[in-house]
Amino acid sequence: MAREQMTGAQIILKALGDQDVTEVFGYPGGAVLPIYDAIFQQNRIRHVLVRQEGGAVHAAEGYARSTGKVGVVLVTSGPGATNAVTGLTDALMDSIPIVCLTGQVPTHLIGNDAFQEADTTGITRPCTKHNYLVKDIKDLARIMHEAFDVARSGRPGPVVVDLPKDVQMAVGEYLAKEMGKRKTYQPQIKGDPSLIRDAVAMIKKAKRPIIYAGGGVINSGPAASLALSRFVRDTGFPCTLTLMGLGAFPASDKQFVGMVGMHGTYEANMAMHDCDLMIAVGARFDDRITGRLDAFSPGSKKIQIDIDPSSINKNVPVDIGIVGDVGHVLEDLMKVWRSNKSTMDEKAAKSWWKQINSWRASDCMKFDQSGQVIKPQYVIERLNTQTKKLGREVYITTEVGQHQMWTAQHFKFDKPNHWLTSGGLGTMGYGLPAAMGVQVAHPKALVVGVAGEASFMMNMQELSTIQQYRLPVKCLILNNFYMGMVRQWQELLHGSRYSESYMESLPDFVKLADAFGMAGLRATKVSEVDDILAEMIKIDGPVIADVHVDPKENVFPMIPSGAAHNEMLLGPDDKAPSPVSEDGMVLV
Amino acid sequence: MKSSEKQENTHTIAVLVDNEPGVLARVVGLFSGRGYNIESLTVAETRRGRHLSRITIVTTGTPMIIEQIKAQLGRLIPVHSVSDLTQEGPHVERELALVKVVGKGDGRVESLRICDIFRARAVDSTEESFVFEIVGNSGKIDAFIDLMRPLGLVDVSRTGVVAIMRGPGSMENDI
Repeated sequence: MAREQMTGAQIILKALGDQDVTEVFGYPGGAVLPIYDAIFQQNRIRHVLVRQEGGAVHAAEGYARSTGKVGVVLVTSGPGATNAVTGLTDALMDSIPIVCLTGQVPTHLIGNDAFQEADTTGITRPCTKHNYLVKDIKDLARIMHEAFDVARSGRPGPVVVDLPKDVQMAVGEYLAKEMGKRKTYQPQIKGDPSLIRDAVAMIKKAKRPIIYAGGGVINSGPAASLALSRFVRDTGFPCTLTLMGLGAFPASDKQFVGMVGMHGTYEANMAMHDCDLMIAVGARFDDRITGRLDAFSPGSKKIQIDIDPSSINKNVPVDIGIVGDVGHVLEDLMKVWRSNKSTMDEKAAKSWWKQINSWRASDCMKFDQSGQVIKPQYVIERLNTQTKKLGREVYITTEVGQHQMWTAQHFKFDKPNHWLTSGGLGTMGYGLPAAMGVQVAHPKALVVGVAGEASFMMNMQELSTIQQYRLPVKCLILNNFYMGMVRQWQELLHGSRYSESYMESLPDFVKLADAFGMAGLRATKVSEVDDILAEMIKIDGPVIADVHVDPKENVFPMIPSGAAHNEMLLGPDDKAPSPVSEDGMVLV
Repeated sequence: MKSSEKQENTHTIAVLVDNEPGVLARVVGLFSGRGYNIESLTVAETRRGRHLSRITIVTTGTPMIIEQIKAQLGRLIPVHSVSDLTQEGPHVERELALVKVVGKGDGRVESLRICDIFRARAVDSTEESFVFEIVGNSGKIDAFIDLMRPLGLVDVSRTGVVAIMRGPGSMENDI
């Protein structure tokens, strides 16, 4: 049977269609013009034109994380590809499935320092899960399908497909997507049954257990979050989540002890430190979680479930490491647990929960909202209260810094995929384009991009995109006139010498909104907060809400760098004479 | 941490990969990017029809680092299998070196005598120079080079270690 002949650009579009892609975020240029021409001549795939390629990748990340689908990016060669690098690295660190198509100069010019040429596969090799340079039209369809398979399966991640212009214009055959599986790449989905039995035996003996779950649960899909919730409730164990895991278990559940790590709750960190069994589910013992490694949960046995074998025993040695998809492994674990009619030792459970509740009583997230100066935590608390009453889907994105931590601490996430933040790489400028990507995927939802004024300005060119596509994104700026987290560290670690962390000549964000044709709001007093939030939510279109908050407020509680979980600072008055050790000073 | 967990050991790791552009760069980039050591690395296509290459890496690290290296290698998409020969049992390791010695008189005779003892052979000769070819494990080659140095050694070219499991087992069986 003769297969259909088509151009490379048509093959690319057909492959995207067969991979159920409906939206692509991109920016045209010389080396991708044939693909843009093919886009022009079809209606199946909608192209969202960003204002800078970095915005395209973050938008695709937002799209991917809020839908569970692969986010797709299309950029040109050279600067188009290099601008995408930060977003690709971000997606790699947070395991977000992205396929990024980059244009390339024609094959005969590769290596010639041609106009807008860059060694894209060379540059992106360390910041992608895998990448391809398609040199022959014969390989194009197979590589396109393989790229999607690699991006979405196993531990998800970004994949780059570099496409020389002559390959886009050459004529070749299309292959169906079943042809795109690769023999060398077969991630393990089911966990080893004997290890699962060992784990259940270990869990049965636990007196002070804790479940510590992370972004892997979100990546595994909603079924994994359900399995986690069942497991937590069935065992009666306390559950903590990482920054990337928020929403995997409902924050409103009484078994949730809050976020773990540097700015996590006192009870979560103390429970991690004092537990006798830690069950890590799709979490990778990142340095923001563990604090000082040699003092990390010294007396506990550890079970780790992760789809990536290299995550197991990477930073913290574990007693049982189960490789597999956390959703499947949790299901299997539950079956064994239930078939044994296992329950936690009642006496032990009682005394462990009593201990946890005594830590809880410290009320570590409290803040003092007195006077008219707005506390940033108060804004998030009110946002949480107001949005919970709406009965709408609510998605929250953040940039990076203090506002990110306050949002993680004070907004209560009850569902997975509704919280989007740059966790691993910590990319300022992530939140606004990510919010845009979420809104493209969920046009009717309320999408709030919480930002600091400094982060906001890193990708604010995307306001133009938001306006073009009438995306009703709400930009909520907690404006403290400082790079707040930098200022906080300078206060704590560098004698309050605020080197280059204060920003002068900030724009008037209300006028900025006006310039982009959207609504601008401002609050400077506590009494205005509720009204401005209500109005922001009510307006049927994009909004920038500029909320002036206390410039001196710090994020607490805090594990100072180089300290252990049980050495938390609970508030500004809790300063140790020298809160950070010499070893801690070199850490970031 | 027990002292055995801090002890750095040398491991010889064989990696079977699809021979495609960039595969060596992925492996080397993994080692440099994550700060692992490479003491030696050899690579060549071993099954032309199937585009299979075999990479042999000699590296050092604590047991936790060695496990990490293997897991990270296994994660690369073009990698078929990773085999830690040091851990998995008896194996043969060989290296080839070409050693150029320049000299006249007694030193020249002495170099030939040592060549004989080490079962090396001269593969090029002029009135004032020899090129010796020697095959063996790395220790033997080190010893040969040390002895040749005072006799006028001017150039060495080494292949790095290639290794294979003893017995009937094969890495290619599983793929």
